[in-house]
Amino acid sequence: MVSLSSYLILSAILFSIGVVGFLLRRNTIVIFMSIELMLNAANLAFIAYARALQDMSGQVFVFFVIAVAAAEVAVGLALIVAIFKTKHSIDVDELSALKG
Amino acid sequence: MIETVLFVILAVITTITAVMVIVQRNPVSSAIYLIITFFCLAGVYLLLHAEFIAIIQILVYAGAIMVLFLFVVMFLNLEKEKRPIIRHRLQKIFGVLFGAVLLFQIGMIFRSVLLQFSFLDGGKGNFSSEKVAQLGNTQVVARLLFTDFLLPFEITSVLLLVAIIGAIVLAKREI
Repeated sequence: MVSLSSYLILSAILFSIGVVGFLLRRNTIVIFMSIELMLNAANLAFIAYARALQDMSGQVFVFFVIAVAAAEVAVGLALIVAIFKTKHSIDVDELSALKG
Repeated sequence: MIETVLFVILAVITTITAVMVIVQRNPVSSAIYLIITFFCLAGVYLLLHAEFIAIIQILVYAGAIMVLFLFVVMFLNLEKEKRPIIRHRLQKIFGVLFGAVLLFQIGMIFRSVLLQFSFLDGGKGNFSSEKVAQLGNTQVVARLLFTDFLLPFEITSVLLLVAIIGAIVLAKREI
C-alpha cells in the first residue's frame, strides 16, 4: 500500500520540473510541454486525494482538466503556427512586439 | 509490496523523463520523452485504481495531444536552439532556484494539509474502494458526470467547439 504522501511528493516534483522548464526554455513548443507537465502534476494530486478521501469527484475533475488541456493545445499550437508564419521563429526572445 | 515496487519504478521513470523533457535541445526528443512520462503517469493512475482516467490519459494525452505536438514540430521544421547558454546564465540560475523554492513551498502546503487529515476522521466521501470496485470505476465516473456534473460536462462541449473554431480561424490565411 503506497501512502498518499508519496503520490503528493511525486506530484510536487513534477510540478516543479514543469515550472523550471517554463522559466528556462526559450522554445515556445517546449514551454507548452512544460505546461502539460504542470497540468499532469495537478491531475495526479487530484486522483491521489480522490483515493484518500474516497470521493470520486476528483476523477471527474481530472476528466475536465484533460478536456481543457486538449482545447488549450489545439488553440496554442495554431497560435504558434500563425506566429511562425510572420516571424519565422518561435523563440520567445524574438516575440517582443505586440503588433504582428 | 509489489504495489510499492511498481510505484517506485514508475515514479523514478516519470521524474527522469520529465527532466529529460526540459533539458533536451531537440523538440522532437522532448516530445518523445513527454510521451513516456504520460505513459508512466497512466501506470500510476492504475495503481490508484482510476482505470478510466488512465485510459483517457493514454488516449487523449499520449495519443491526440502528443501527435498534435509532433505534427507541429515537424511541420515547422525547427532547427535546434543554437543560442549559447552563456547569454541566459543568470536566468537559468534563478529559474532553478525559484523551482527549488516552489518545490519546498508545495511540500510545506501538502504537509500541513496531511497533518489536518490525521485529525479529521469522519470526513470521507461515500465512495469506498470496495463499492467502486463492485460498481466499476467507469460506471461511477459516468454516473457522476451525467448527474452532479452535467452542467460542466455540457459547457466542456461548448469549450471544445470554441477551440475547434479558434484553431481554424487562426490557421486560415485570410478570414
